[in-house]
Amino acid sequence: MGDEVKLFGSWASPFSRRVEIALKLKGVSYEFIQEDFSNKSPLLLKYNPVHKKVPVLLHNGKPIAESLVILEYIDETWKGNPIYPEDPYERAVARFWAKFIDEKCMPAAWKACTAEEEQEKAMEEACECLKTLEGALKDKKFFGGETVGLVDIVANTIGFWLKVIQEMMGVKLLTAEKFPVLFKWSEEYVGCPIIKRDLPPSDELMVHFRAILKRAK
Amino acid sequence: MAKSDVKLLGAWSSPFVMRARIALNIKSVDYEYQEENWLVSKSELLLKSNPIHKKVPVLIHADNPMCESLIIVQYIDEVWSSGPSILPSDPYDRATARFWSAYIDDKWFPSMIAFFWGQEEDAKKAAIAQMEEGLVLLEEAFGKCSKGKAFFGGDRIGFLDIAFGCFLGSLRVTEKAGGIELLSETKTPSLSKWAERFSSDIAVKELISDTDKLAEFGKKLQAKMTANN
Repeated sequence: MGDEVKLFGSWASPFSRRVEIALKLKGVSYEFIQEDFSNKSPLLLKYNPVHKKVPVLLHNGKPIAESLVILEYIDETWKGNPIYPEDPYERAVARFWAKFIDEKCMPAAWKACTAEEEQEKAMEEACECLKTLEGALKDKKFFGGETVGLVDIVANTIGFWLKVIQEMMGVKLLTAEKFPVLFKWSEEYVGCPIIKRDLPPSDELMVHFRAILKRAK
Repeated sequence: MAKSDVKLLGAWSSPFVMRARIALNIKSVDYEYQEENWLVSKSELLLKSNPIHKKVPVLIHADNPMCESLIIVQYIDEVWSSGPSILPSDPYDRATARFWSAYIDDKWFPSMIAFFWGQEEDAKKAAIAQMEEGLVLLEEAFGKCSKGKAFFGGDRIGFLDIAFGCFLGSLRVTEKAGGIELLSETKTPSLSKWAERFSSDIAVKELISDTDKLAEFGKKLQAKMTANN
């Protein structure tokens, strides 16, 4: 086919890792370019002038930014191992949860773990989000059913990154006691081969986050 | 399809509801519309169909509820596939349309909200500057997406036209409130002309609200939120 696929990303970014999960799932060969956030490459700035962020997928010289947009593009371009459900209603539901995770869940969880003031309120909001998300799982193994689907891929922030951050900060947010169903999912999730290979080492991730939090102060 | 098979919960003032209605119009879908007087109270059906966000629009199709305007528009495009396409057919063009729609919702519209609710002059000025910056980007995007044709979607209205065009009413209200010109023939020539074409399109025309009526609603909204605080 002569496809040239490049990914501008970062080992520590869940958004970047999502794209890698999808590309690997589809058997797409790609060149990975690690971006240093303190010194963004001219190419990254050229291919994503609007947001100047990773991930950016470059397919035959054409750039695509925003992880959810990239995931949908990958699913539409490479047909094997579909990520999105086939049924339009199920697709609408999957898109809804993906958006909910990115816009509400993870920001609330991050706040609950890192807030210095009003921590209790932040915790309450985060718990509400996680409870809602847990409701979407019902009695399924994964959000996608028997196998990992779009929502599972997008929930890498919840299934792995959140657990690392909460451990680092000593916050007990996603626990087996509070969210038995969601917690069980997270354990299955990180053990799943197609997910596991794109999870960064926790200790290195903690070092990375500590540096981010320090810079923010 | 029976009319009651498709129901839309909406509000006349909401640009997000407008998106869903334009899409339904493009596909000539017969649907039942329920106006939500959400400033006063939210209907039981709304709270039941969208328990998480409790917002309009909500599309209920064959008893399946769904929310989030752009998700609804994509659903409409996928289900009523015999009608004119809303999303482009090429995956890269689709990604481009989705990218700019996300930009509008995540970055551009929030600056309009910041202007609307801004208390101090500095905050309002910064919000306007952000909106203007965004319009420059969108003017450029129009050139690339339209490829010389009338709309972002080409010969006819598409996903990005709907995603952006729904805010033209609010844009006019903002211009009046701020005493500024955001869309103009000098600053944004392509978008200016596009705005006229979009507003007069058959799928959009009947949904355009009077600017003064919208402005009045905005004042009511501001008054209510201030009273609540």
